[in-house]
Formats: sequence, structure tokens, C-alpha cells
Amino acid sequence: MAELKGRVRIATNVCKGCGLCTVACPVDIMVFNGNSVNLKGYQPPTITEPAKCTGCGNCAQMCPDSALTVERFTSKKEDPACLKA
Amino acid sequence: MSVIFAKSKGLTDQETHYCPGCTHGIIQRLVAEVLEELGLLGDTIGCAAVGCSILTYNYLNIDMIESAHGRAPAVATGAKRVHPNKTVFTYQGDGDLASIGTAEIVHVAHRGEKITTIFVNNAIYGMTGGQMAPTTLPGQKVTTAPGGRDVAHSGMPLKVSEMIAQIPGAVYVERVSVHNPRAVRHAKKAIRKGFEYQMAGKGFSLIEVLSTCPTGWGLSPVDSLTWLQENMIPYYPLGVFKTPEEAK
Amino acid sequence: MPKSLMKGNEALALAAIKGGCSHFFGYPITPQNEIPEFLARELPKAGGVFLQAESELAAINMVYGAAATGGRAMTSSSSPGIALMQEGMSSLAAAELPSVIVNVQRGGPGIGTIQPSQADYYQMTRGGGNGDYRILSFAPATVQEGAEMMMAAFDLADFYRTPVFIVSDGMLGQMMEPVEFPERPLRTLPEKSWAAVGHGGSRKPNTIKTLVLDPGLLEQKNLRLQEKFTRIAATESRFENYRTDEAELVLCAYGSTARIVKNSIDLLAEEGIKAGLIRPQTLWPFPSSAFQQLPPTCRTILTVEMSCGQMVDDVRLAVNGRLPVAFYGRSGGIIPVPEEIVAHIKVLLGRV
Repeated sequence: MAELKGRVRIATNVCKGCGLCTVACPVDIMVFNGNSVNLKGYQPPTITEPAKCTGCGNCAQMCPDSALTVERFTSKKEDPACLKA
Repeated sequence: MSVIFAKSKGLTDQETHYCPGCTHGIIQRLVAEVLEELGLLGDTIGCAAVGCSILTYNYLNIDMIESAHGRAPAVATGAKRVHPNKTVFTYQGDGDLASIGTAEIVHVAHRGEKITTIFVNNAIYGMTGGQMAPTTLPGQKVTTAPGGRDVAHSGMPLKVSEMIAQIPGAVYVERVSVHNPRAVRHAKKAIRKGFEYQMAGKGFSLIEVLSTCPTGWGLSPVDSLTWLQENMIPYYPLGVFKTPEEAK
Repeated sequence: MPKSLMKGNEALALAAIKGGCSHFFGYPITPQNEIPEFLARELPKAGGVFLQAESELAAINMVYGAAATGGRAMTSSSSPGIALMQEGMSSLAAAELPSVIVNVQRGGPGIGTIQPSQADYYQMTRGGGNGDYRILSFAPATVQEGAEMMMAAFDLADFYRTPVFIVSDGMLGQMMEPVEFPERPLRTLPEKSWAAVGHGGSRKPNTIKTLVLDPGLLEQKNLRLQEKFTRIAATESRFENYRTDEAELVLCAYGSTARIVKNSIDLLAEEGIKAGLIRPQTLWPFPSSAFQQLPPTCRTILTVEMSCGQMVDDVRLAVNGRLPVAFYGRSGGIIPVPEEIVAHIKVLLGRV
């Protein structure tokens, strides 16, 4: 298995299912698939392919509810392409 | 491993009342992050306004004062004159600042009060259910202009940043947006500058942040971002309208 | 300290400084302008801040912001300006922010006139703002009394966490009288631990607010406020009796009018007609107890005001039908003279 570059954790019960993270993700791994419903009745996104996460943080930047925590595991200070978008 | 993003200590654990996808949540988070990074959470007095922004005091981990509709700049003036060394800001929407509170925002700039105003412009009255604001775009359908804003009847939308930038006491005026991650990162830089200029005693700063109102606009949160980009930015161009250098 | 000759407005301004005012915010309006003019000159020398606002709306909200952050703030205005400030008064009362507001009354309604009036009794006691609230209202009749009431006002505001009104009028504000400023008594005041001054990382954030969306919680808040108003009413109501012993007629008047009525009473005494005066020194709480102690000789009550009849409502509530309550008033900036009041009383008593 390839080394993880980044990881997103979702505080699912804080999420309101607005979807702003889904369009912010440069690698399209945050999707609504209707697989989960939180305590408020909203549908949080699912991370379909965690291995693709670059840890860019775009999803969290767009989250109005600060429901996302993003970590990056790349050692170099490389700037993910998405930051230049 | 490094944490690229975690919830700011400037935010409380209270969940917001904002509708899903409303970008108020992003903007108040940026304020919290900036105050946390500048080490100001304990030395800041915030002034909340009337509208969707009113409950900001439940979400920001700072001392705050709720203000009557449109009066936050006057309340902030009172606070700053008692505590000139504390950081004082107002957080106001466009119904509050650009309509009922025009006198107060003009004169807080006119006096050059050393405060920072975060002006959230979503071109509509959100809290009261989607009525026309001075900032509502031509043709934009709202509950009090059901056929769309008729500029012959209601005039053209008010451009607050351009207006405030003309006032000598305003030292920093910038219009930013939060419709994509890049814009959000830039908006944070602008908000940071607004607070830094206050700390440096430069004068009045206003950061206008274009924001969405999915419920009021009748669009999905994601479509609202697109609508903002395609309709608001052409009328409300992003950019710096005043810098401390120009203010001299 | 020797007495000095001062205008009523200037004496109020000096008394504000001596009473511990730290911040003044106001907007020009006649006939109160000597107050901001005096404070613009003198308050900075005393370490305070004077700031002219862009409107009465802004001024009262600057007071709100200053009071919310622990300042001892005041404003002054006159009737139409006070009307504009009523939004802020309701907020100050709801948020329980200590503050002092001077109303140098002039004739109304509307823009009216700059001449003296007492037609703001309803504004000062019923509140022009929304919701259930009361504001402690002091009504001086002399320059000296105004100074003393003002010197005590900031401490009282802090003690009860409430706005306080000083109710003057254009005559009292413009007239000159000898006045002295005794040391104000030391009062133990509560810490302002509620103020929004920055939490310093050492406590939970303080929030000054008036929005309470939950009806149950808002009712609880209202009941708590009412409890405070009841406490203020029981403690702070004040009045003066003048020649009420054996009076067959008891007059009720406050402020400038009370001075004129005293002259009328003295003129009547020369003719053998015994009349007396109850002079409310607080308009809210209204000194209803004064009307529980009327002399047995009293047959009727006459309220005299520079208005078309406002305080007379409270007099009738206090008398509660035990005696007839009549009214005499002049309005529009007309100041009644003692003789016309005497003439009216003679008709009332059937002594013409």
C-alpha cells in the first residue's frame, strides 16, 4: 500500500451535509453516496479513496461548520497543486 | 505529520444556527483563526449586529456585545473609547450595515475609529426570510421584489467598499470572497491585515466579504457558490480599495 | 467649598464629572447644549473622554458600548433627541447597563419648540422603547438639587445595574443659581465582573445581549427585571412636602413647575386659603406613598404641569378615587405664572 499523503477526519455529527467540501476536493474523493445519516438527519460525505488524499486542506477551508480536521504526512514542504489552483 | 487544519480555539463548541452551506460559518471561522493566531482572543471585544450574524457571540470564544440593528459601529466606538488598547471589531451583514446602519458605518470611518469591521455581503436579508437589501442585484428575485429588483423603482445596489474607501479616516478597505478555497485563504489574509492595522493604530478597516445565502437565494449550497462567482463578483469586484499608504 | 453661580446645564455637567462620569457621548440639541460644551472642555481635563456623535441614535449606542465594557457613560439630549434614543434606552434596561441620561425637556410634539416643557413625563416614566422596563427618573427643581442628583446618579446606576434619567427642562437648564458640590458619599459598589473587556484567557467569555429567543427564558428574565424594579421602587422613591399640614387643597407638581406652584401656595396663604404641595423628586418610581399621608383637611387634589396632563395619571392612580383629582397645565413652551394658578385654584374651590 502506498504511503498516505494526507488524511481527513470528519466530525460527522457536526456536519450539515452542505457539500461545499465535495466540490473543493481536487481529487474528488469526498462524495455523497447516501450511506450515512448523522444525529441531525444530515448526510455527511464519505471519503471514497483515502489513499488519494493529498492533505491540501481545501475541504476544511470550505467547511462552514469546522467539521473537518486535515493532516498531511508528506515530509517535504511541497505545495500541493491544489493550493495553486 | 502536520495538522493542516483543525478547528480554531477561537470557536466555541456550540453548533451554529446557520443554514447548511451558508458561508457565514466560514467567515466567522476566519475571524476566530486570525484572532487566535495574533494571540488576541483574550483581549478582544466583538460587536455582533442584528441579522444572521447576531448569534456570533455564541460561536466566538471572545467577549462580545450584541448591538441594536445597524448600531454596532457606535457600540464599538463606545467600547474602544473605554479600552483603546483592546482589539474591537464589528461583524455585520448587509441589511445591518448597508441599510439601517449607513450613518453609523460612515461616521465610524469618518472619525477614523481604530476598529475593524467585517462586513458580510450576501445581497439579501437572510434572517428575516429573504427580503431585498440595498445590496440585492438588479433582477435578483427576493420576497419583497418578487419580480426581481427593478432598478428604476429601487435604485442600483450600494457598493459599500467603494463608498467607505472615499472617507479619509478609513485606512484599509478590501472586498474579498469565500466562494472557493483560494478565495477563503485570501479572505483570511485580508481579515488579518484589518486586525494588524488596528493593532498598529492606523485607523478604521473594513473587509467586505461576499457570502452566500442558499436558503434566501433558493439555490443549493454548491450552486450558491457558482451564483456568487458569476453574479456578485462582476458587480462587486474583488480587490483593495484603500491602503494605509493611500490614506496618508 | 464656596457656592458659585452656575447655569443649570453647566452645574449638571460639573456634577457628572464629580459623580464619576468617565465618558460622554452626545449630539447637539437646544436647550441642553451647555452640557456637552462644558464637558468637551472639562471632561478630558478630569481624565475622561468627550465624543460628539453623528446622531442621538449613535450617541445612546456609544453609551451602550461604553457601559457594556465597564465605562461610566452618559449622554444628554432634549425631548425629540430623547425620542430618538428610546431604542437604546430599552436595550440599556434589558442588558442592565449602568448609564446616565439627561433630558432637558422642550415643547412638543414633533420638533415643537426650544422653550421649556414637561411633556416628556410619559417618555421618562412609561418608556418610549419596547418591552417591560422601568428607568429610575430623578426630577430636580433647583440647580443645587440637580447637581446633587447627578452626583449620585452614576453610583446608583452601578449599584442597581440600570440606566438613570435626570429629568430637567429648558427653564431649569438655562437659569443661573448659586450651587455647591459637596463630596459625594462613598458607596460600596459591585464589581463589574459581567463587563465585556476581553476574557484574558482566564474565564468564559462574557456576552452582553438582549436577545432571548426562548419565551420561557425571556419570561424568567422579565420576572427577574421586575423584581429589581420592585426593589428600586421600594427604596428610591422620593418626594418633598410643602405646607401640606391642614391644607384643603394639595397640589402636585415637579421640577420648574413646582417652584411656581410654591409661589402660588404662598399667595393663597396671604388670602387665608390653605394649600400645600407634594413635589415628586422621582418620577419613576412615582412617590405614591405621599398620597397615603394626605392631611384629613384635604378635599381635592390639583396637578399642575407644563404639559396637557401626563403626571396627573399617576396622581389619580395614587389617590385611587378617594378624592377628586383636577389638572391645570400650559404647554407648547408656555411657563405658567403663579397668579394664573391662583386664579384657577379659586375657581376650583368656589372662592371666586
